[in-house]
Amino acid sequence: MKARSRVLLGLDVVTLLVMAAATYMVFIYAPVERTMGLVQKVFYFHVAAGWTGMLGFLAAVVAGIAYLATRKSSWDLVGLGAIEIGLVFALINIITGSIWARPIWNTWWTWDPRLTTATIMELVYAAYLMLRQGIEDPERRARFGAVYAIVGFISVPLTFFSIRIYRTIHPVVIGGGDPTVSGSFSMTPAMGATFGVALVAFSFLFASLLWHRIRLGQLGAQVEQLKLKLMH
Amino acid sequence: METTPANTLGYFIAGYTVIFGTMLVYLVSLVVRHRNLMQEKRMLEDLEKEKK
Repeated sequence: MKARSRVLLGLDVVTLLVMAAATYMVFIYAPVERTMGLVQKVFYFHVAAGWTGMLGFLAAVVAGIAYLATRKSSWDLVGLGAIEIGLVFALINIITGSIWARPIWNTWWTWDPRLTTATIMELVYAAYLMLRQGIEDPERRARFGAVYAIVGFISVPLTFFSIRIYRTIHPVVIGGGDPTVSGSFSMTPAMGATFGVALVAFSFLFASLLWHRIRLGQLGAQVEQLKLKLMH
Repeated sequence: METTPANTLGYFIAGYTVIFGTMLVYLVSLVVRHRNLMQEKRMLEDLEKEKK
């Protein structure tokens, strides 16, 4: 087995273990919040998924800058993979937020600043995937992807800070916020530890998935090369 | 005064079903895409050998 494959296998094993630990902590270790009940536990993976989404979009910015500086197609694969994973986790974040909101806000959805900016962010990156497919020239596609990833990233800090800038009903659990907002709560040490482990676990999951997605992209590029070779 | 937590078990289950379900679907999509590309690669390599 190649050294790189062994490292990836090691990363997969570590990811699996940390994810199992995070799941155990959410389901068993973390206490049940006294007013919201069990649905509060959705918070741990809801925020971790949002974090992973934003991590993906940030990685795409780094890859976009690297591509524009070096013109190496491998950076385009990194950017594409990071955005694809970011989209999946941002979607998990939005859906679980809606599930949490139903018993707490008594509605599945409201056009609150956080929910609105998160939806815009998701749509911005969904459009990235759709628009990419319309460009046949690989070099133009990669250049477009790099610029789009950089410009599209504006939606990420806008989403992150929306609950701190605008009047919102979305609770700000980390770093204070209005304690009277429906659904806000104070984290106990056990809740804080669970939250921390969930963030670490999802960061490992992101790294592992991105590596696999890049390898998939490389395989796709090899297939494209073979097709071109056979055509000429 | 002691308050009883709201019964939100159903929403908790729904939330984690979405989380693990979506992650599983994405993982399966990676595996399927990898398998399809490997098949395509093998087929193209065979064609290349025949061409030579």
